[in-house]
Amino acid sequence: MSDATILSVRDMRVHFQVKPKNRLPWAARRTLKAVDGVSFDLKAGETLGVVGESGCGKSTLSRAILNLIPATSGDIVWMGARLSGASTREWHRVRGDVQMIFQDPLASLDPRMTIGQIIAEPLVEHRPGMNTREVEERVRAMMAKVGLREQMINRYPHEFSGGQCQRIGIARALIVEPKLVICDEPVSALDVSIQAQIVNLLKSLQKEMKLALIFIAHDLAVVRHISDRVMVMYLGRVMELAEKHALYDTPRHPYTRALLSAVPVPDPAVERAKTVQILSGDIPSPIDPPSGCVFHTRCPMADARCAREVPVLRALGESSSAACLYAMAPA
Amino acid sequence: MPLLEVNDLQVEFRTHDAAVRAVNGVNFTLEEGETLGIVGESGSGKSQSVLAMLGLLASNGRASGRAMYRGENLIGMTNRAMNRIRGNRLSMIFQDPMSSLNPYLTIERQMTEVLELHKNVTRREAKRRAISLLEAVRIPEAAHRIGQYPHELSGGMRQRVMIAMALLCEPEVLFADEPTTALDVTVQAQILQLLRNLQHDFGTSIVLITHDLGVVAGLCEKVMVMYGGRVMEQCDANTLFAQPSHPYTVGLLRALPRLDHDGGELTGIPGNPPNMAHPPAGCPFHERCADASDECAVDAPALKAIGPGWLRACHRPVHLIKKEASHV
Repeated sequence: MSDATILSVRDMRVHFQVKPKNRLPWAARRTLKAVDGVSFDLKAGETLGVVGESGCGKSTLSRAILNLIPATSGDIVWMGARLSGASTREWHRVRGDVQMIFQDPLASLDPRMTIGQIIAEPLVEHRPGMNTREVEERVRAMMAKVGLREQMINRYPHEFSGGQCQRIGIARALIVEPKLVICDEPVSALDVSIQAQIVNLLKSLQKEMKLALIFIAHDLAVVRHISDRVMVMYLGRVMELAEKHALYDTPRHPYTRALLSAVPVPDPAVERAKTVQILSGDIPSPIDPPSGCVFHTRCPMADARCAREVPVLRALGESSSAACLYAMAPA
Repeated sequence: MPLLEVNDLQVEFRTHDAAVRAVNGVNFTLEEGETLGIVGESGSGKSQSVLAMLGLLASNGRASGRAMYRGENLIGMTNRAMNRIRGNRLSMIFQDPMSSLNPYLTIERQMTEVLELHKNVTRREAKRRAISLLEAVRIPEAAHRIGQYPHELSGGMRQRVMIAMALLCEPEVLFADEPTTALDVTVQAQILQLLRNLQHDFGTSIVLITHDLGVVAGLCEKVMVMYGGRVMEQCDANTLFAQPSHPYTVGLLRALPRLDHDGGELTGIPGNPPNMAHPPAGCPFHERCADASDECAVDAPALKAIGPGWLRACHRPVHLIKKEASHV
């Protein structure tokens, strides 16, 4: 069932009410639109990369998928079942199938639990009938799989390096044999040599356990390496969603092009010859996002129409879709 | 004569457990207008080498060796003498602009302070210069922004303020410690462009500390690769990327995911970085090195020249490493 869609997100919005600064009772409440109308599908075993700069809503999106932050509106369909308005019990069941790996490897582990306890916890929670001996067996097997020595089972998180802590985080996520793992910047706190270890580990475990991954990162090179498809976000909206090769070889959206040109390439000949497309200014506030296309204030192609019309994400050829009035399909 | 000449720089920290040798024998020269990149992972000693040169080590740290700047040794210099140079002839940009700017002072006060101290100018003149530098680093509405506090600015904007502040006295050497690591790529591109332009306009020499080899490729002429407090390889940037000669450099380049091609499997470097309180004997990299021999575990290789301006510290001959480096 490799082609089956396991997760569909439709028009998801996550809005926060922001308290006005002066707190006078008649002051207008303002809305921060962290995620504003995001839709995508995910197939079993597939990796969807989500990239964007700080504040683009990629982490909020990942948390809303698991209802860790409730979505304001929109639909989530998991394995054919609609989750909008699902009960706590139903969410609990879903979370047995959808696990998460966090950015800061040490901060996401309880300092007072041994790593054996940490890795066993999801199993105890989601497989309540399992006897202790089997739990222990599975924990030990999982530790071996992620490259942790068995003797480490009774140690505490502070005794491990960043890379090892991330291995613990991965073991904890995978012990319940989930179908989908949401990875929120799993390697951005790690050094390059360790980052490569963890990316390789994730890739091989994905293959072995037939996992789908949502891989959130700001590093476009890492995302290229691990993803099948990539979604580019800006100010809570999807700018482009495309097959990996289409996105990196022929980016359709001007924001994607700007992002890609900004990444320094470790090759002096390439790096010195290329023209970086410098975006002017900073990312606008999501409290009062620009009208029309949210990117128009920084876009080199924008005109008056972009300030009025909100572009919808539309298909451009077979493997790309972009939300830009002027994006062109391949000739 | 080079602008800055560093010889056998060592940094040691006294801790409860033991003395930690964070930097072990760093040598380099920096010419006028040149950019040197210092590359390494966390704990490699890259930041501490620079902090030592500017007399900014933590109180339990002690530096030895020589760092000659215009005939004066920066190591062991009195505070009084250092205060005349630091922030004036040699200045520094730190990684995290939020924690290196004073939250209680407006941008104006933090900037004019520097000029009043070093250049003995009036407050009015200082403000005029501060505004013109904020404009040079492309802060919009500089005359208005200068009255704001750091928290009112975005991350990219704060980093620009830091750069403007570091350039106030037109320093000869700018030390930049991971100046773009905390920033998004599009903002990073803006800041790197800015550093390039400033160097072009003012002829400032830059020592850039970074873990990002892409940033090095774009900005630096010379590179020094550090690991476990030691220099592994040192050469010009083109050579480093085209024909890395040290197993660690080769490993680092292979571990790097590339934006410009898929390149198949990444090759991580196995193991973990050394604990500097209990560093391994011999070469600090030998436990993770695919090319290590018995000799490496006992005897730390000395940094030797293998070509003009090309140094490496490895027992294994270059041609044996090169075979593997060719398919990086």
